Amino acid sequence: MSDDTAHGQPGTEVATVDEERYPVPDPGLEEHLPRLTDVDEKAADRATRQVATFFGLVPILSIGFVVVYFAVPGDAWVDFGPLQANSRNLLLGLTFGLALLFLGIGAVHWARKLMDDEEKIDYRHSAASSEADKNYMLTELDKVVDESKITRRKIIGRTLLAALATILLPMIVGLADLGPWPTKKKRAETIEKTIWAPGVRVVQDITFTPIKPEDIEIGQLINGEPANLQELEGAEFQIEKAKAAVIVVRMDPNTITIPPSRQDWAIGGILCYSKICTHVGCPISLWEQQTHHLLCPCHQSTFDLGNSGVVVFGPAARALPQLPITTDAEGYIIARSDFTVPVGPSYFERDSRNDFKEGDN
Amino acid sequence: MAEPAATVNDETAVQAQTPKKELGPVFKAAAGPTKWLDDRLGIAGLGRPFLRKVFPDHWSFLLGEIALYSFIVLILSGIFLTIWFKPSMAEIEYEGSYELLRGLHMSEAYASTLDISFDIRGGLLLRQMHHWAAAVFVAAMLTHSLRIFFTGAFRKPREINWLIGVAMLTLGIINGFTGYSLPDDLLSGTGLRFVDGLIRAIPVIGTWAEFFVFAGEFPGELIIPRLYMVHILLVPALLLGLIAVHLALVVYHKHTQYPGAGRVQGNVVGYPVFPVYAAKAGGFFLIVFGVLTLMGAVMQINPVWVFGPYNPAEVTAGSQPDWYMGFVEGGIRIMPNWEWHIGSTTWSWNVAIPGLGLMGLFFGLMAIYPFVEAWVTGDKSEHHLLDRPRNNPTRTAFGVAAMTGYAMLWIGGGNDLVATQFDVSLNAVTYFLRVAVFVAPVIAFLVTKRICIGLQHADRDRMLHGAESGVIDRAPSGKYSERHRPISAAQAFTLTQHEDIPALLPATDTDGYSEKEIRREQLRRKATRFFFIDTLRRPTRAEIEEAEHHHLHPMIIGDGEHHAIEAEEEHHLAK
Repeated sequence: MSDDTAHGQPGTEVATVDEERYPVPDPGLEEHLPRLTDVDEKAADRATRQVATFFGLVPILSIGFVVVYFAVPGDAWVDFGPLQANSRNLLLGLTFGLALLFLGIGAVHWARKLMDDEEKIDYRHSAASSEADKNYMLTELDKVVDESKITRRKIIGRTLLAALATILLPMIVGLADLGPWPTKKKRAETIEKTIWAPGVRVVQDITFTPIKPEDIEIGQLINGEPANLQELEGAEFQIEKAKAAVIVVRMDPNTITIPPSRQDWAIGGILCYSKICTHVGCPISLWEQQTHHLLCPCHQSTFDLGNSGVVVFGPAARALPQLPITTDAEGYIIARSDFTVPVGPSYFERDSRNDFKEGDN
Repeated sequence: MAEPAATVNDETAVQAQTPKKELGPVFKAAAGPTKWLDDRLGIAGLGRPFLRKVFPDHWSFLLGEIALYSFIVLILSGIFLTIWFKPSMAEIEYEGSYELLRGLHMSEAYASTLDISFDIRGGLLLRQMHHWAAAVFVAAMLTHSLRIFFTGAFRKPREINWLIGVAMLTLGIINGFTGYSLPDDLLSGTGLRFVDGLIRAIPVIGTWAEFFVFAGEFPGELIIPRLYMVHILLVPALLLGLIAVHLALVVYHKHTQYPGAGRVQGNVVGYPVFPVYAAKAGGFFLIVFGVLTLMGAVMQINPVWVFGPYNPAEVTAGSQPDWYMGFVEGGIRIMPNWEWHIGSTTWSWNVAIPGLGLMGLFFGLMAIYPFVEAWVTGDKSEHHLLDRPRNNPTRTAFGVAAMTGYAMLWIGGGNDLVATQFDVSLNAVTYFLRVAVFVAPVIAFLVTKRICIGLQHADRDRMLHGAESGVIDRAPSGKYSERHRPISAAQAFTLTQHEDIPALLPATDTDGYSEKEIRREQLRRKATRFFFIDTLRRPTRAEIEEAEHHHLHPMIIGDGEHHAIEAEEEHHLAK
C-alpha cells in the first residue's frame, strides 16, 4: 500500500536509533553544576546539622508518644478555636506523626544536600529476549513436547484438557450454597412478602405506640412500623424492618386524588405508603408538606403521595407501594392486608405490571 | 573554585583500578554475617543489579510512590484495627464509654468500632489514619494513572503494567467500599442498601446474585463477615501480588524519563538506588506515613458515633459515599428512570446502566486505550521517552474529556449539596447534568486539542524565531518589533525529541489485498487522520537551518556563545 501522508511526511518512523531521528542533535547531558553544599564547607556543615536535628527530634517525639499514651487521660479535651479534639488522640497523633515526618524529612534533606548528586546513565535493553534465548527455548520446547509423547499419544492431551476443565466444577459448585436459591417459592416468602397482614396495627417507629386517626394533623407525617415487628430480634428484625417500614401522612382530602380502586385504602385523607424507595431501597424521608411530594435523600427520587405515590422526579421508575389501611374496633389504624406489590428496589423476576401507574383507576 | 565533579570522577577511576581497597569499619563488622548469608543466598549476586540501578527524578513520578506508601500504611493500620474489630452482625447492647449510645442495641461490628474509637488508646487515631490512607491511596492511583496516560507511558513495552494498574485501581475502589461498609453504622448500612439495589438490578441473574452475596435477603447476618474476608484477605492479597508484578516490571523495563538533553530512548538518566533513592524514597515513605498520621490526628473522618447504628428505616439527608464512589453515585442520581416491564420481568436500566455499566465503561476504556492507540499509529517500537502532553493533542484531549465526564458525574454525586449550597433547583442541577455529562466532554475535547496545538505553535515559534526577550525595538521607520533570543541547545533538543506521527491518506494502491484487509487499513488511516491531521509537526532540520539563515544568526546556542550572538544581534539591528 502506498504511504501517502496528509502532510507529506514519510511513513511511520520507528525510533530505535537516536541519531537520525532528531532534527536537532543531542547536546548530551548538561554539565553537572555543584550545589552550594558541594563548594561551601560551611553550607555543608549547616545541612549536616539540619539533618542531625531532624533525626535528633525523633527519639524525643517517640518518647513523647509513650508519655502521652500512659499519662494523658482519655476524657481530656482540647478546645482551641477550630481545633476541638480528644487530647490523647491529638497528642498521640502529633507526636507519632511528627516523628515519622521528621525522620522522612531528615533522610530526604540528607539525600538532596549532601549525597553525591551527579546524574548517572544506565543503558536500556530491549524488553524482548535475545535471539539466542528465543532459539534455545524453541528448540528445547520442541524436545519437551517430543519427550512428553503428547503428540504421539493424543488421547492423553484430550483427556487432560477435559480433566482440567471439569476439575473446576467442584470449586464452582461448592459455592452454590452461598445463599438460599431465590426460586419462585422462595421469593414469595422473602422479598415479595412483608410482615404486614390484615389487622396488624400501624405503630410509631420508635415508641411502638399505636396511632389513632385523630392523633394526626393535616400535613403531618409519621414514620410507622407494623406492631408485630417488636416480636422479632437480630437479623430477622433488620430484614423485616427493611421491608415493612411505612410512612403515614394526612393530607387535605380535597387536594389529593384517590383512584376509585383505592377509595377504601385510606381513612379520610390519611394514607400509608412503603417508606422503602423503589429505586435502590433507601428509606425515604424528606416530606414536602405543601406539594405532597416525598423526596428520597439518597438519589432524590420524588414521589407524589397525593397521587398514589407516582414518581414525579428522579431515577426511580415505579410508584411507592401503598398499604391499604382502616381502623380497628378500638379506633387504631390497622393494615387491611400486606402490600399488594413487592416493596423496595426492582429485581429481574419482579412482575411490575400491577404497580400503580399515572392514570390508573 | 575547585571542580568537584571532576574530582569524583577521578576517585572512581582510581577505585576501579585498585579493587582491593581497604574496607571501612562497618564492612569489617558486617563481614561475618554477610558472608554467612551470601554462602546460603548469594546476596551479592542478587543485589548487584539493584544496588546502583538508576532511576530518573521528577515530581510526577512521586504519585505512584504515594499510592504504594499509603497502601503500606493501610496494611499497617489495618492490622492494628483487626486486633479489636469484631466482624459480626450479632445484636448486643452497647456498654462502652460513649454515653450517648450506651444501652442501645447494635451489631458487634458497630460496638467494636466504637470501642476502637473510644476505649483503645490510639484506636481513633489509627481508624482515622486508615480511612484517610484509603482516600489518599485511591486518589494517588488515579492521579498516577493520569500521569501515565498524558505522558504516553502506557505504550510498548508497558501495556501489561498499565492493565495491572487498571486492575489495582478497580481493586482499590472495591476495597475502599468494603472497608467503609464494615463498621455497620447508619451511613455504611445505607451504602450496603445501595449495593443491594445495584446487585438486584443486574439483568437476569440479579436476584440470584443478591441472595448469594447477602446469604438471602438484605441485610441478613453474613454480609459483614463476608465483606471482612474480602476486605482484609482477598483483595489485599490480590493487590499485593499485583503490586509485586507492577514494581518488578518497572525494574525490568527501567523507568521512563522525560525528554531532555542527554535523555534519549536508549538510556535512562538519574540517580542510583543507593544511596540517593534509598534515602529519598525511604524518606518519602516516612513523610507520607507522617502526613497520614497527622491527618488522622487533626482531621476528623467518618465519625460513626455521630451517625448511630444501622437502621434500615432511617437515613440522613446529604448522605455521600467516599469520594471515589462519587462518580457512580452521580451516574445513579442523574440517570433517567428507564425501566422495562416485559411480561413478568423487570429490567432496571435506571440502576444497571449507571451502577454497573459506568464502572465497566470507565475501566474498560482505560484498559483498551493503549491498544487502540497502538493500532491507529501502527507503531510497534518501544517507547521509553515520555511525551509532553501537547505533542499528542488528540490523546491529551481524550484524557481531559474523560476527566470532564468523570467530573460531571462526580458533581452529580453531590447534586443535593450543589442545590443547597448554591441555592439552585435540585431538578435543574440534575437536568443540566444529564446533558452536560455528554456535552461537556466534547467541549473539553475540542478546547484541549486547540490548547495543545496552540502550545505546539509556541514551541515551534521558539524553535524557529527564538525566545521572546521582552525587549521592544523601534526601527528608524517607526516599526516596532520584539527582540528574540536564541534558545539553548538543550532546550532545542527537548522541544524536538518527540515523534511526528503521520496522518495517512486513504491507500490507493490496494492490489493483492483482500477486501477485509483494505477495509481495516482504510479505517485505520481514517483514524490516523482523526488523531493527527491537525497535529503540528515539529520543525525539520531544513526549516531550522532556513530560519537561522533568515535571522542571520543561529537560533540555538551552546554554552559560551552568548557574546558572539549578542554582537551579531547588534549588527543585525544596526542595518
